[in-house]
Amino acid sequence: MRNYELLFIISPQVADHEVEGVIEQVKNHLTDLGATITKVENMGRRKLAYEINHFQEGTYALIQFESQGGEIGELERRLRVMDQVLRYLTVRLDRDLRRIARMKRKRERRRSEPARAGSAKEQRGGKSGERKA
Amino acid sequence: MANSTTTERTTTIPYRSRRRRECRFCKEHVDFIDYKDVKTLMDFIPERGKILPRRLSGVCAPHQRMLARAIKRARNMALIPYVLD
Repeated sequence: MRNYELLFIISPQVADHEVEGVIEQVKNHLTDLGATITKVENMGRRKLAYEINHFQEGTYALIQFESQGGEIGELERRLRVMDQVLRYLTVRLDRDLRRIARMKRKRERRRSEPARAGSAKEQRGGKSGERKA
Repeated sequence: MANSTTTERTTTIPYRSRRRRECRFCKEHVDFIDYKDVKTLMDFIPERGKILPRRLSGVCAPHQRMLARAIKRARNMALIPYVLD
């Protein structure tokens, strides 16, 4: 399973009380394609950095989900058809999440054994010696 | 000769101290630069809207790559402009 994050901009023509309905539609597409939704966040209306389809603002919504990865193409095809969605971006998260966890572990290890930093080389040397023997 | 060039360089860049500062992201142990974090990203966007080169910002190479990717994603989602004037 891979972790993904989908950020999309909903057109300002969609009334604020209808925004949740659009998000629900996208969620249905996701579950329909076999993804498991882990987090949904309505980031609210904000000004766009530049005009998109002559709109100055839009509502940002974020959905994090788990999926196999093969469905992303179909998901994006469906989003492209939805005219309430001005733009979308799907980002793969699991590689980054794994890297973050690895870095954190490394840092903690370094913090827990600062005195052994100098002897780390000796230990490694000892291990290879064992392998030879 | 090598000496003269280094002194020249320090005199032509007056606003920057000679000592290289540690990368800002390394100092704060940032493992991931989020494209949605507009506030952080905008620190690296000068007036024209370009990505600030690391020779000016002092960001290390791995973090500059992360930063550049985040900025490009943010631009695509209209969180950050492509061009500013």
